[in-house]
Amino acid sequence: MGSAPDELEVSLWRGGEAGRYEAYRVPLKENQTVLDLVTWIQRYLDPTLSYRFACRVGMCGSCAMTVDGRPRWTCRTLVAKILKGRRLEIGPLQNLPVIKDLAADMRPFFEKWQRAKGVFAPSQTRREAPAKIPPQSALRIAADAAIECINCGICYAACDSVRWNRDYLGPAALNRAWTLLNDARDKGNAERLRAVSGKDGCHNCHSHQSCERHCPKALNPTASIAGLKRKTLEAYLTGRIAG
Amino acid sequence: MTVRLYLWQRLTAALMAPMVLAHLAIIFYASRQGLTAAAMLARTRGSFGWALFYGVFVVAASIHASIGLNNVLCEWSPLKERGSGVLASAFGALLFLLGLRAVMAVVS
Repeated sequence: MGSAPDELEVSLWRGGEAGRYEAYRVPLKENQTVLDLVTWIQRYLDPTLSYRFACRVGMCGSCAMTVDGRPRWTCRTLVAKILKGRRLEIGPLQNLPVIKDLAADMRPFFEKWQRAKGVFAPSQTRREAPAKIPPQSALRIAADAAIECINCGICYAACDSVRWNRDYLGPAALNRAWTLLNDARDKGNAERLRAVSGKDGCHNCHSHQSCERHCPKALNPTASIAGLKRKTLEAYLTGRIAG
Repeated sequence: MTVRLYLWQRLTAALMAPMVLAHLAIIFYASRQGLTAAAMLARTRGSFGWALFYGVFVVAASIHASIGLNNVLCEWSPLKERGSGVLASAFGALLFLLGLRAVMAVVS
């Protein structure tokens, strides 16, 4: 399929796991995002197209897709910045089951957050005074470096270790565990260290750093995982967790 | 990979790093000095030091390689956890036996 000078050929994944790419012609406009392309196709060419988005300003993390082979947050990706030639291929996030078209099933991703004990375990009740966390404390600085995750799943889709071991907890869940491990208010660290040091835990990371390379928030989950490796090793050597 | 295997793999790597350098230095020295096989054997036979050095090297290499192979098999082959564990352990045992045989050949 050819495209006019002011048009773009956009191939979209259609169907479930056993789907295929279908091509559409979309008018090129200034300041167009990848999400705009998908929305245009749904509004004007095929209302049955399924995809996921919410905030459109890079906060909610729901619009991540595979664009020309790499995972991206589509609402903040300008077409003009990534276009090579006149064609773009957009699919659902990799390493996750496909529900339909561009919507990946995020359940395995969030189930692993639970498995990694990525849930805050309060050590105080609401009746006590709020905890004072000095911004300059080492724990807070370590947590700050990893805390801006928007749960978009891009790091998970980019991770080779997840690709090779579908049970591996993955960079986002481990990054979340690292922020909680450094949260002075949390009391769940004994259980958390056990959760992230199992056979599908942090030691499966090969430090390829694809998560860091693709993270739209410029976080470095590999560094968080390296922190978890150190902490779990200390816990193992001091007998706080079993091997 | 569990924290226990991770620890063993890192420990053996840390142990082998200086030993590999020493091994390369020994090769370099032997070739520069033009030592014959007989001259080398004269130095190694009956030597507790050489037996300990290369014995530890063989043990560390067997452990390190079998853990690494287990990871490769788990991630890249259709083998299940148990199957890859058995195969990697067998490979480690083979490396240990062959290595030990080589050490015995030069020190006894």
